[in-house]
Amino acid sequence: MQIAAAAGERAATQRDTATCFHCGQPVGQDGRRGLHIAGEARAFCCGGCEAAAHAIAGAGLDAYYRLREHATGRPAREAPGPEAFAAYEDPALQAAFVVTDADGCREAALLLEGIRCSACVWLNEQVLSRLPGVAGVSINYATRRARVRWDPSRLRLSDILAAVARIGYRAAPYDRALADAAYQRERRSALWRVFVAGLGMMQVMMYAVPAYVAGAEGGLPLDVETLMRWASLALTVPVVAYSAQPFFLGAWRDLKARRAGMDVPVALGVAVAFAASVWATLRADGEVYFDSVTMFVFLLLSGRYLEFEARHRAGEALAHLGRIVPAQAARLRRFPGPVETEDVAVSALRPGDFVLVRPGERVPADGVVAAGEGAVDESLLTGESRPVAKRAGSGAVGGSLNASSPLVVRVERVGADTTVAAIVRLVERALTERHRLVEVADRYAHVFVLAVLVLAAATAAAWLALAPGRALWIAVSVLVVTCPCALSLATPAALAVATGELARRGIIVTRGHAIETLARATDVVFDKTGTLTEGELRVVATVALGALPLERCRAVALALEAASEHPVARALARHGAGGQGTVAAVCSVSHPGRGIEGEVEGVRYRIGTHAFCAGLAGPGGGDTPPRHAASTFVYLVAADAWLARFELDDTLKPGAAALVRRLGEMGKRVHLLSGDAEGPVRAIADGLGIVAMRAQADPAAKQAYVAGLQRAGATVAMIGDGVNDAPVLAQADVSVALGTGAELAQARADAVLVSGDPRALGQAFELARAALRVIRQNLAWATVYNLAALPAAAAGLVTPWMAGIGMSGSSVAVVLNALRLRRRDRPGEQED
Amino acid sequence: MDVLFLLIPLSVVLVFAIGAVFWFALRSGQFDDLEGPGFTVLLDDDAPGGTDDR
Repeated sequence: MQIAAAAGERAATQRDTATCFHCGQPVGQDGRRGLHIAGEARAFCCGGCEAAAHAIAGAGLDAYYRLREHATGRPAREAPGPEAFAAYEDPALQAAFVVTDADGCREAALLLEGIRCSACVWLNEQVLSRLPGVAGVSINYATRRARVRWDPSRLRLSDILAAVARIGYRAAPYDRALADAAYQRERRSALWRVFVAGLGMMQVMMYAVPAYVAGAEGGLPLDVETLMRWASLALTVPVVAYSAQPFFLGAWRDLKARRAGMDVPVALGVAVAFAASVWATLRADGEVYFDSVTMFVFLLLSGRYLEFEARHRAGEALAHLGRIVPAQAARLRRFPGPVETEDVAVSALRPGDFVLVRPGERVPADGVVAAGEGAVDESLLTGESRPVAKRAGSGAVGGSLNASSPLVVRVERVGADTTVAAIVRLVERALTERHRLVEVADRYAHVFVLAVLVLAAATAAAWLALAPGRALWIAVSVLVVTCPCALSLATPAALAVATGELARRGIIVTRGHAIETLARATDVVFDKTGTLTEGELRVVATVALGALPLERCRAVALALEAASEHPVARALARHGAGGQGTVAAVCSVSHPGRGIEGEVEGVRYRIGTHAFCAGLAGPGGGDTPPRHAASTFVYLVAADAWLARFELDDTLKPGAAALVRRLGEMGKRVHLLSGDAEGPVRAIADGLGIVAMRAQADPAAKQAYVAGLQRAGATVAMIGDGVNDAPVLAQADVSVALGTGAELAQARADAVLVSGDPRALGQAFELARAALRVIRQNLAWATVYNLAALPAAAAGLVTPWMAGIGMSGSSVAVVLNALRLRRRDRPGEQED
Repeated sequence: MDVLFLLIPLSVVLVFAIGAVFWFALRSGQFDDLEGPGFTVLLDDDAPGGTDDR
């Protein structure tokens, strides 16, 4: 009936030429006519509306006028052109909300004002995606946030903002402060609705109790009862008209969109019970249900409020992460030089600035430690609870907490380029992606709501025949008790909590499906040995082969390798740090892949592979069998003699063995693929107890290996470094990349392990399993609840207020069950 | 019983009055943080702000 009325109204609007076709306001003296849209001449109130309509129709988007539910906001008299937004071209301003990705495309986060219905979303998406140079648009109706990707060589940001303004909307850079303000507003109004309903409920109950009590003894005097009814009515009106508004609005929106949402049965229940009660009051005859109505609304709103808070709390881990970067930084006026700082806003920092980070302060941006030595707590970013030692040259991550002594940090990346910003962006993307499981649940819920409506009608009809006096409230109970809110909440609640919890442990989920697939994975493939080893060679043994003492050998080796950045050189440097600077090498020449030749104090030396050294010293070098095949051997020779042999080894990450064992216990098969030589790979696999391994595999071979597993029915989780081997990661069902800093933003993986710590990876698998378990429990509980409640309500055993408790309770139970995923033993809890 | 004809309308007025009071409390932000104030009584007023990073 309502739909028919709305259609009629719309037809009337189109016929009536006295109102503006675009904004619906009356067309005044300066009204304009003449623009033909959908074959008819349309009237407009002003040039602004005409221009907006012209822009919309000109783009072939006049379907908008059929789809929209509200008249569009009146645009500014003259739509501003790109020049009005020229200020946004300032790179410093853009830094706050625009990121440039690997392909050179830019992506901006915008807050759209003027969005009122899904047709507005459609219109904006269409208009923006038709601009030449726009690579992608997504608009979230609920948050009014838009993400726009465009090619900066073909389009400017101001063109995009102007395009939005042309059709009568306003796009502003998304600002967290605005979002916070919106949350605060929403929370206050939710609380106020709960309070109005609660107050009304208590007082209406006071009026209802005398009637219940006196009912047994012949009833109240008629005039007193009438008075009580009118008082109840007076108090129920605000509850229904104001507190229950969200249900009515939601139901109205659902009906307009021709779908049966959660709010439809609730709104119907409230409306029917209230209308029947008002009718009974006016006629002074029949039953009133004011107490049931108010109590029902109160309980539902309380449930919603708790759920709203729980959801907010689940998302808070993310919001907190976004806020850990301080607002102010102490910039050094000169460095090196006397310590003289000035306080500046972090947004004013530029790469190359030097900032002083005192103990207890947070590092304001990503950078490199320029002076000072100490420990930094990165637990909020990586989940690693122990402070990490830093000295000059170490990387410092913005947002980490300086735990010990003052550090001077040279700023390298600011704003949207920082690690924290990348993490927040990735998690937000994951959270906005609609999950397949959620969509399935929603579809079921819609079918379920339709079934509920039919059942309620059938129940009402049956009771009208049996006992007309009870038919109404039984039908209301059925409507309310079986509303499938819990069913539709079950999955998103658990996923949101799990995503937040993983982020807290240093695992950033970037795709919606990652959690589910991680839990279902049957095979875990480690791509590259670097995922399990430190990726850093270490000198495990030094053997003197000639007369030269070992100390001297180390010093010479160090001198030769001093200028090299090769992993071997770095390992030797760490190993022989004590002997540093005693001698210096001249004319050292590096032979890539073989070694280095140079002169130290007039003597010519070579350091490198056996063959390379034999070229100078002749055959020799001893034939001691290698300790095991995983070692790399480096020799030091002079022109006449073999001097020393260094054995270098890659070390396993702490916890790698435990991870492999845990994965085995979870029933997952573990594989190791590597491009390295057979020996080292086998040694690592043996050390960890991995049976399935393949060495010397190029990316194509790795991809084939994964595809082979999948053909055999396996669900494959791939652990790689995320940047170089995208095709291999893409082949897997779910991929986890190990990455830090700038690499994060480019990671194509479904999840990113920020800390690179294998233990966190084990936790990720466990948490994913727990999340899936919670989802199953929730779905099972919601189904059982609805199946049990329906017959009870239909049989007349459940009063409307009990139905309200049951429905709210089942939703809250689902959310609380999801919150169980936030365990106590998480790292980094000392904060906040 | 006649007093009920005074008391019941009075109670309705009272409910609206209480609602108005709550509305002002809500508007002035008294319900914005329901957990923090509980902890402030446990903290010294002169605690150094060293660990507070915001």
